[in-house]
Amino acid sequence: MRVTFTVNGRRQEADDVWEGESLLYVLRERLGLPGSKNACEQGECGSCTVRLDGDLVCSCLVAAGQAEGRDVRTVEGLAAEDGTLSPVQRAFVDAGAVQCGFCTPGLLVAADDLLARNPSPSDGDIREALSGNLCRCTGYEKILDAVRLAAARTAGTVDA
Amino acid sequence: MDFLRPASWPEALAAKAEHPAAVPIAGGTDVMVEINFDHRRPEHLLDLGRITELREWDGDGDTVRLGAAVPYTRIVEELAGDLPGLALAGRTVASPQIRNRGGVGGNLGTASPAGDAHPALLAGGAEVEAVSVRGTRLIPIDAFYTGVKRNALAPDELIRAVRLKKATGPQQFAKVGTRNAMVIAVCAFGIALHPDVRGVRTGIGSAAPTPIRATAAEEFLAAELADGGHWDRRGPLPPALLRHFAGLVAGAANPVDDVRGTAAYRRHALGVLARRTLTWTWEQYRGEERTPTCA
Amino acid sequence: MTPPRPGAGAARDRTEPGTGSTGLTPAGLTQGAGATKGGIGESTLRPDGVLKVTGEFAYASDLWHEDMLWGYTLRSPVAHARIVSVDTSQALATPGVYAVLTYDDLPAEAKHYGLEIRDTPVLAHGKVRHHGEPVALVAADHPETARRAAAKIQVEYEELPVITDEASATGPGAALVHEHRTDHYAGHVPHPNVLHRQPVIRGDADAAAARADAIVTGEYVFGMQDQAFLGPESGLAVPAEDGGVDLYVATQWLHSDLRQIAPVLGLPEDKVRMTLSGVGGAFGGREDLSMQIHGCLLALRTGKPVKIVYNRFESFFGHVHRHPARLWYEHGATKDGKLTHVRARIVLDGGAYASSSPAVVGNAASLGVGPYVVHDVDVEALALYTNNPPCGAMRGFGAVQACFAYEAQMDRLAAELGLDPVEFRQRNAMEQGSVMPTGQVVDAPAPVAELLRRVKARPLPPERQWETSEGPDVRALPGGLSNTTHGEGVVRGVGYAVGIKNVGFSEGFDDYSTARVRMEVIGGEPVVTVHTAMAEVGQGGVTVHAQIARTELGVTAVTIQPADTRVGSAGSTSASRQTYLTGGAVKQACEAVRERVLALGRRRFGSHHPAWATAELVLEDGKVVTDGGEALAALADVLGDEAVDVELEFRHRPTEPFDLRTGQGNGHVQYSFAAHRAVVEVDTELGLVKVIELACAQDVGKALNPLSVQGQIQGGTTQGLGIAVMEEIVVDPLTAKVRNPSFTDYLIPTILDTPTIPVDILELADHHAPYGLRGAGEAPTLSATPAVLAAIRQATGRALNRVPVRPEHLTGP
Repeated sequence: MRVTFTVNGRRQEADDVWEGESLLYVLRERLGLPGSKNACEQGECGSCTVRLDGDLVCSCLVAAGQAEGRDVRTVEGLAAEDGTLSPVQRAFVDAGAVQCGFCTPGLLVAADDLLARNPSPSDGDIREALSGNLCRCTGYEKILDAVRLAAARTAGTVDA
Repeated sequence: MDFLRPASWPEALAAKAEHPAAVPIAGGTDVMVEINFDHRRPEHLLDLGRITELREWDGDGDTVRLGAAVPYTRIVEELAGDLPGLALAGRTVASPQIRNRGGVGGNLGTASPAGDAHPALLAGGAEVEAVSVRGTRLIPIDAFYTGVKRNALAPDELIRAVRLKKATGPQQFAKVGTRNAMVIAVCAFGIALHPDVRGVRTGIGSAAPTPIRATAAEEFLAAELADGGHWDRRGPLPPALLRHFAGLVAGAANPVDDVRGTAAYRRHALGVLARRTLTWTWEQYRGEERTPTCA
Repeated sequence: MTPPRPGAGAARDRTEPGTGSTGLTPAGLTQGAGATKGGIGESTLRPDGVLKVTGEFAYASDLWHEDMLWGYTLRSPVAHARIVSVDTSQALATPGVYAVLTYDDLPAEAKHYGLEIRDTPVLAHGKVRHHGEPVALVAADHPETARRAAAKIQVEYEELPVITDEASATGPGAALVHEHRTDHYAGHVPHPNVLHRQPVIRGDADAAAARADAIVTGEYVFGMQDQAFLGPESGLAVPAEDGGVDLYVATQWLHSDLRQIAPVLGLPEDKVRMTLSGVGGAFGGREDLSMQIHGCLLALRTGKPVKIVYNRFESFFGHVHRHPARLWYEHGATKDGKLTHVRARIVLDGGAYASSSPAVVGNAASLGVGPYVVHDVDVEALALYTNNPPCGAMRGFGAVQACFAYEAQMDRLAAELGLDPVEFRQRNAMEQGSVMPTGQVVDAPAPVAELLRRVKARPLPPERQWETSEGPDVRALPGGLSNTTHGEGVVRGVGYAVGIKNVGFSEGFDDYSTARVRMEVIGGEPVVTVHTAMAEVGQGGVTVHAQIARTELGVTAVTIQPADTRVGSAGSTSASRQTYLTGGAVKQACEAVRERVLALGRRRFGSHHPAWATAELVLEDGKVVTDGGEALAALADVLGDEAVDVELEFRHRPTEPFDLRTGQGNGHVQYSFAAHRAVVEVDTELGLVKVIELACAQDVGKALNPLSVQGQIQGGTTQGLGIAVMEEIVVDPLTAKVRNPSFTDYLIPTILDTPTIPVDILELADHHAPYGLRGAGEAPTLSATPAVLAAIRQATGRALNRVPVRPEHLTGP
């Protein structure tokens, strides 16, 4: 089947999609957008997190056909057109929240979503909001640091 | 595999009538796991994503009609007042990403005993609105679960909504998992006080082949509360009453040993959850008289 | 849009130093003294960080090639069976299928591979020895086509009884997992199902036991842990016109892969060209081969590029796990709190194939007493061949299992003697100059007592942090979001543990790394290029290599080349060894480059200034500078059009094998120490655990990049927490089948399960090592687990002799 939807503001089309394919597969293998990651493909790790019509979802659990006509935002769409990193992206690099980096795209999309809804989250809020994103490298401490840092920079309470 | 994309509810019903084996997919949080892991290859996937009324709820009168695909995130945010038990259960569902996609229709359709919504639906006395081209029927939740991952839906029926009375008293939900988030229930328990009818309802998850009520426990508690004049006196509940209730809840379960936990532990934990959640609901009930809540 | 291309993943972009402006550098650390910004000791940022946050970093599973096929592996549904027949005809007839391969299609004489013992068939032949063993391969135009075709391969199995534990492996009449062993361990083991056995005997444990005032014995069980790296096993094999193959893959050790791959392909090594793609974590699980040979076989057979990507289910069968173990210990002490002796027997389950089991045995035996001074020791460790899943490398191997048991013993013995558990450990703590049970003298700092003192001195976190003005915050309580307690039944416990891990490959292994460093002038500026085959798996080696180059060569712009097999072996990214070994190789290559640059300078400018001949010269900020700080020449002028290029091998000091009867020998290169204090809150009625804080103190010799070191310690600590309370691959004892191969039922800690992890870093230099550094990656994984267990024991009063602890262990009778 053919699937047409918008990714990061651009209309995209994929042909000959097998009906059992996930949105994740179409993004990665058909549209050349492998930033969303394939760690578990069962909704238990959050590495494939994207926004679907604004909602944070696991793209591995969205059937390709369900994305028809929808608006998808992936990690590739976080930075500005000129390549300037978004506050969470910058903070993840600066705080040492990236090791192997496989969980990073999903965490960035989730953290970006959190800060959009709640610009000054408590540690408890951060932990609850990121509880669907597994990281095996960092022990999460630097990830918490990064989200705090992004929030503080956005609020202007620390220097960017 | 065919991907059916009905644009309206009548089209969806027609498609299901034409292809009774079609697998409905809404949030995809169960179906896609089975497809990704090659556990299931249906001939037809029936996408309900374009049917907006499934993602709406209305609360006119004393009942909430909750669309089958209203995501848990919205249940938690919008229905914590009317359906507190279900909202509490919703917060324990998997992860934020899953709660943005999954709704009660999926839990009911899959009918896994571990579905987080079931204990709250049982305790709330829900009715399942099952619809086909032949018409609509309301299935009482008690009659909905017919076996392990089996339910009372006819092959041509789809779940349109569940109907739940708005809470008239405190409700609670607790589930045991071996992780502090994103975990499938080892066992779960829901309880709802219904002071308007001086009744109590419960629901047990993950501790029997299907979600079940602890009927004997409910009857015992209702009788004790009535006989002891507790509804009016609003005093603390005697420890012996709590213990006995907990024992009856544990006794209602029919759990198995599996990779997530042992049968003995499940029974034990259910007793603890029953005692605690009854305590919490009762304390809230007692508090409501002292500090009446605003609607 | 451009699909990702092979090789795009490595951190090959020119890197500039950047230091986090977050103020996250820990207090008390010596910052780099060198004048060139971005050198060692600074928390410079990852060169691959920006690519990783934008989604552009190409991991192995992201690779794509025009016209590529998808490979798929058919695996055994049973653990032990004779293969009666295999029929691939229907699969081959499936439209879109390009190849179906079985054992009979293997092209070369060699049909087995293995890290040390080549006992693993590329595809099963005659029988399968474990659940999930590869039986056949399919290449097709779409993953679904490949799966459907694989489902049509008809394999008839005749099931055999399963060997699952020591009793079924070595009891009378036990069937043999491998019938005709010829490996070099076969000669000394007591039974063919014992893969390797290593005793460590020192002094006279029997006589010492007679002097003990208190003796405790205990039996402990350690569950099977999975590395659970997030990036699944993946790779892309591209057939080449010369009959060879180019393989882009996520691995820990390119050259070890190469040595195993080339023979079974029937190709010389130079026709198998390997490039490291982006690696999504490893933790030991990528030391063995997974899809490498399979992908190459399919590519060579079809003449097309073949990509293989495991899903999570397959990943649980696609790599080895941490050895589960049964450990029996006897500890004795005098009433003044001095250990008299330790006796131990450690039985590790190696599963169906050898992998790195021999080294795991060596570690368990030689480190089995822990970081304590004990004169009389009688330890034996052995690994079994069984039909359980193969086990091999995982962070801290061998030492992790032992540490859980000996630290439990130390707590019990302290209680028996009425001593504080930390005080008791400190009285027996080893220090520089102590002698290991192997007879090896610890000739570098061993601040065991100090590490314990530091974690104990930390203020305890406040009690009842869940209480808020709006009621209990369940996120801070055991059970978390599941709303199981509002404070009822919650009891706090505090526990301590310390551990010892060897760094680098031991027991006489020729452990080396290779680095190639080049300095040249590009655009008027000196630029350094570092080329190694080191697998960057997330640990930050690429960051550190650039720092070393800046410190040694005084050049800001450093380019890290992609890791591949065009340069010599870097050895494995494991055993806490890469900063020591490949970092050491980069340092030494930089030093050689510096000497040649200075020689060049002397030749060109020596007559201009007497200091060229007389002073100690260093390279700083792009200049040649005297030790007095006077700049003599710009590097750009010294080099001109010339490039200075050096490739060399770096070795740590040699080790020797352990004596097979006594375990005596200078077997290890370096030791690494960490201590933890765990603070837990346990819902004692439900048996649910919330770890509140897991503080770590560790000696790293020298923190080349403090931010990365903290990340290693926090990550390692969290993996230790995972095995303590939740992680276990459950294998059915009757069928030897894995019961939970998914992230639904194999649980790793979420951010709500992971506490704050304060890190206290000591830097006591080991003068045998580059910069005095000490391998840091593994030690924190050892002591985290027993510290959490000790805390849970204190909260519950239960003995708890197995990990992971499950709720039923905390509530049952």
